[in-house]
Amino acid sequence: MGSGKYNFAKPLIVVWTGCIFIFLYTPMVSVVLASFSKKRYFSFPVTNWTTLWYEKAFNSLSVRDLLFTSFSVAAVVTVFSVGLAFFGALAFARYDWKGRKLFQKIVLLPIFFPQAVLGLALLLWFSQLGIITSWTTAAFAHMIWIVPIVTLIISIQVYSFDPALEEAAVDLGATRLQTLWEVTIPILSPGLISGSVFAFLLSWGNFPLSLFTTGADQTVPEWLYAKMVSGYTPMVPTLGSLMMAGALVSLLVIYVAYTLFKIYRKRRFAS
Amino acid sequence: MMKWLMQPGVRAAVPVMLLMLIGFIGPLLMVTGYSFMPPRTFSLLGTPTLANFISIVTDSYYISFFWSIGLAFTTVVILLVICYPVSYGMAKIFGPWANLVTIIIAVPLLISENIRLFGWVLFLLKNGIADGSLHYLFDVHLPSILYTVPAIVLGLVYVYLPFMLFPLVIGLAMVPDALKEAASDLGASRWQVFREVELPLAMPGIMIGSLLVFVLSLGSLAESKILGGQAVVMIADDIESAFTFAQNWPKGSMLALLLVISSGFLIFFLFKRIDLDRLIGRR
Repeated sequence: MGSGKYNFAKPLIVVWTGCIFIFLYTPMVSVVLASFSKKRYFSFPVTNWTTLWYEKAFNSLSVRDLLFTSFSVAAVVTVFSVGLAFFGALAFARYDWKGRKLFQKIVLLPIFFPQAVLGLALLLWFSQLGIITSWTTAAFAHMIWIVPIVTLIISIQVYSFDPALEEAAVDLGATRLQTLWEVTIPILSPGLISGSVFAFLLSWGNFPLSLFTTGADQTVPEWLYAKMVSGYTPMVPTLGSLMMAGALVSLLVIYVAYTLFKIYRKRRFAS
Repeated sequence: MMKWLMQPGVRAAVPVMLLMLIGFIGPLLMVTGYSFMPPRTFSLLGTPTLANFISIVTDSYYISFFWSIGLAFTTVVILLVICYPVSYGMAKIFGPWANLVTIIIAVPLLISENIRLFGWVLFLLKNGIADGSLHYLFDVHLPSILYTVPAIVLGLVYVYLPFMLFPLVIGLAMVPDALKEAASDLGASRWQVFREVELPLAMPGIMIGSLLVFVLSLGSLAESKILGGQAVVMIADDIESAFTFAQNWPKGSMLALLLVISSGFLIFFLFKRIDLDRLIGRR
């Protein structure tokens, strides 16, 4: 505030923001605490600490199956979503064409749509078409929700992209494919990377869509839910903590890798 | 027509449009079709009827509709109040720190909703973290809110907080400081500046945040199931049980259709009033 009139509000806002952080992270800390408690039924304060449940999780074949299913779905969703959303974002933000406003609205609709209802509608759709649901149909269901989100993320990058750069490359004799590969994709890479991170992690953690579309297969969030409503075991917080750790580690790795890549590119251009 | 199809924008839009057609619009049309089929049938070829609609209106389904609307509305109001100061800070005060704040608030979005809601169960449980700490420190036991309506509201507020916060930041960033200073130089009180300058200019962000949270809460399932126990049946619960336990596809479809129409109405209203290019691309 330039006038200095509202200065007393500033510390209050900072403190309030800190409270919101605590609010946001309380349940996650709770899950991690519970995963290290030895008791069969959780109670606080924790008296006996143990890593027993982690050993059990790592040695369990069914846990491996669950993780593998979740991973397969997320990997397939990421590859297809980023591919589709790349072109979707060009249509969304780069080109001017008749029908673009309508396209923008149709693409955004699934984000506003209740996921559980979308999952049920897709279940109805698959069974009417005679498609047996499995992890692949779940990946398809995730895409309906994730492609719009990734399109939006890449679009933000596309909006700040100067089309003259593409034209310059073409004028200098680059083919269409070369332009795409050497100009468009490198410039949009921050959007593509954050788009794939979102695609992977949103699919990795999704529950309402998976619930109705995985058929006989089961993802980790589904298993967690089934155990939450009937028959708690300490494996629930343990597997939950592992899921969170996986998400945080992959975020960190990608962030570090991208920062290093940017430094490397800067140096190369500077020399 | 051929000329329209040859535009690069149209060709770039085709893959996503096809996906939306077979994965979103198609299923929705089918749900619409099913909602007019005779109850408990499994084909779209029956004689169209309003039986499902009538049975929903005359049955007690309106109760779950009212609960869902009430809870969604409460969530929006609470989130507006608690997010506004943070968004204001992010748009106007934190400066370079705003990016870090954004990351800290966005990371939980990437953690499964189920796990986070379950964390609240562990926190609120009898002998859980809140109860256990109180007992340990002050030797008291308070009744837990777990499996009651306030717990559902807590879950909704918790899960949808970023969906209110980020649109608010965009909205507040659109308010030029100079305008507010001019207003106060001309003698407006702080309340007047807030009501007459800041709120109207930030309105697009406020509207998007509120409608997004309202619509998402209206169709939520996990919060009431995990934190609410059997305290309240929300509309998504009803839809699910009609499809699964009751095996009554037409009734489930009609319920889903009513939910979609009521939220679709709000979304339509929102889409008519905002310009996406300006909001996202800031150009």
